[in-house]
Amino acid sequence: MAEEKENMIVVKELVKKFGNFVANDHLTFEVGKGEVFGFLGANGAGKTTAIRILCGLSYPTSGLVNVAGFDIYTERENIKRNIGYMSQRFSLYDDLTVYENIRFYAGIYGLSRNEIRERADILMQKLNLDEARNKLIRDIPLGWKQKLAFSVAIIHDPRIVFLDEPTGGVDPITRRNFWNLIFEASRNGITVFVTTHYMDEAEYCDRVSIMVDGRIVAMDKPAMLKEQYGVVNMNEVFLKLARVK
Amino acid sequence: MRTVLYIIQKEFIQVFRNRMMVPIIFVVPLVQLIILVHAATFEMKNIRMAVIDLDMSGSSRKMISKFEGSPFYVIAQSTFSCQEAEKAMKKGDVDIILQIPRGFEKQLIRNEKSKVQLVIDAINGATAGLINAYSMMIILDFNRETLVDLVQPQMIANVKSINTNVNFWYNPKLNYKTYMVPGILVLLVTIISLLLSGMNIVREKEIGTIEQINVTPIRKIEFVAGKLIPFWILAMLELAFGLILGKILFNIPIIGSIWLIFLSASVFLMVILGFGLLVSTVTNTQQQAMLVSFFFMVIFILMSGLFTSIESMPDWAQMLDKLNPLAYFIRIMRMVMLKGSSFHDIRLPFYSLLVYALISISLAVRRYRKIS
Repeated sequence: MAEEKENMIVVKELVKKFGNFVANDHLTFEVGKGEVFGFLGANGAGKTTAIRILCGLSYPTSGLVNVAGFDIYTERENIKRNIGYMSQRFSLYDDLTVYENIRFYAGIYGLSRNEIRERADILMQKLNLDEARNKLIRDIPLGWKQKLAFSVAIIHDPRIVFLDEPTGGVDPITRRNFWNLIFEASRNGITVFVTTHYMDEAEYCDRVSIMVDGRIVAMDKPAMLKEQYGVVNMNEVFLKLARVK
Repeated sequence: MRTVLYIIQKEFIQVFRNRMMVPIIFVVPLVQLIILVHAATFEMKNIRMAVIDLDMSGSSRKMISKFEGSPFYVIAQSTFSCQEAEKAMKKGDVDIILQIPRGFEKQLIRNEKSKVQLVIDAINGATAGLINAYSMMIILDFNRETLVDLVQPQMIANVKSINTNVNFWYNPKLNYKTYMVPGILVLLVTIISLLLSGMNIVREKEIGTIEQINVTPIRKIEFVAGKLIPFWILAMLELAFGLILGKILFNIPIIGSIWLIFLSASVFLMVILGFGLLVSTVTNTQQQAMLVSFFFMVIFILMSGLFTSIESMPDWAQMLDKLNPLAYFIRIMRMVMLKGSSFHDIRLPFYSLLVYALISISLAVRRYRKIS
């Protein structure tokens, strides 16, 4: 897939410190256009910190960060026009209906009224949410909410979408369904940057990096990593790396 | 600009979907207006008086009947024992004791002067002051009449008396409801708008939706405007509702221009809403926002001139009150509603509010951070 040389994300020597605590320790990586990039690591390894910096929600302490061709220090608002973000904390409004949530976020991104109506219809058909159109978010199951949150995050056709542990707390089938949405977005040319600590999901990625204590300790295609460490699945790769401290 | 409309739409849906909100916005003011206007009054009625008439003369009876005839006093007790009257005051059964000494009339005729004693329960200083003032007026009145009765007519001719005629302008019947309603309306609108705006952004921080908004290219001013306008509209409706209630329930006069009231209110509300949003952006939880809002609200309200007159505050407090938006707006409301003041009369407090509004909104915009 991602054979083009165009890089959507370029990070060099990114450091983020909270006081004396180094959350991101000299991260360097690149993500190509249309790639599904898995950003793996245990809880507290610094994944969310990094993703927040890439989305322009938090200042880096030092280092070079370029997203969608824009510099994080000076062109943050341009970046925001070109990215979508689904945070690990649930980000739809509980007291709005499915349709109202879609309309609100699409409206904020400046889509026209017709575009909003059109995309909402397509989206709800695709997600089989037609009968839930006027239900409050708080009344629909978690799996649906997550799919909806993802679809809302890419409602404005961003070039990159950042997903921060998008599948926490749902069953494997729902997770698999969710990943089908990710593949579809990737086929449509959207670069996907996803953090997770489910190692079966790591297998779905084109390329993964593994973070331990704020540093990237490995980065390659899942198949290459398994070969390199002589194991049969990503879970064991992860355990090998995370144990060595 | 369309972005702002989508935020406004969303805020309205959320406010009205909250089942508690409609009663809070429309029933609470009704109840508060009815209760507060009747309760928070300085009007003295039914001052309970104990009388110790040791003189038992025509003059003493005349003085007592003067008190009795006033609409403010009720003779609750008539006794010859000081202890008994004091006991009644201790128990809280009487507010004032009038003691007329033996020989009151005799002295009055002989010396043309005499003494009575008033003992006033001053647990509530403001009330005691008022009782004192009322009583003095009655005694003064008594003096004037006795002068006519007792002193020889030819002497009266020589007495050049000054006839004071007191007129109370703008509130001729000294109706405290008229005075309180505009102030209490301001209070209600302030509380509702400050709490709604103060809790709003911080709520989005708590549930995490603020991040989703912060990753969009929305401009800070659009966001703040989208948050401010819905509450501004609600508060204006609330004020209109309150004015109608005041008219229906208390028949308060609105002498000045109703448009001038709404024009001033619109500026005043921007001050309060900007302030509320500022609180909301600097705090992290609804609890913090609530406490900070309350802190300022109590100071604003108590120093607003609603319950106590600003002129009687110490100088430093009066200086401090120049920062109190409520003080300006209550002044404007009373001037326009009761006096019929024109824009020219209220221009100073009006422009002060305008400056204040600009400051509080721009601070709210500045303090709202899309990035941490």
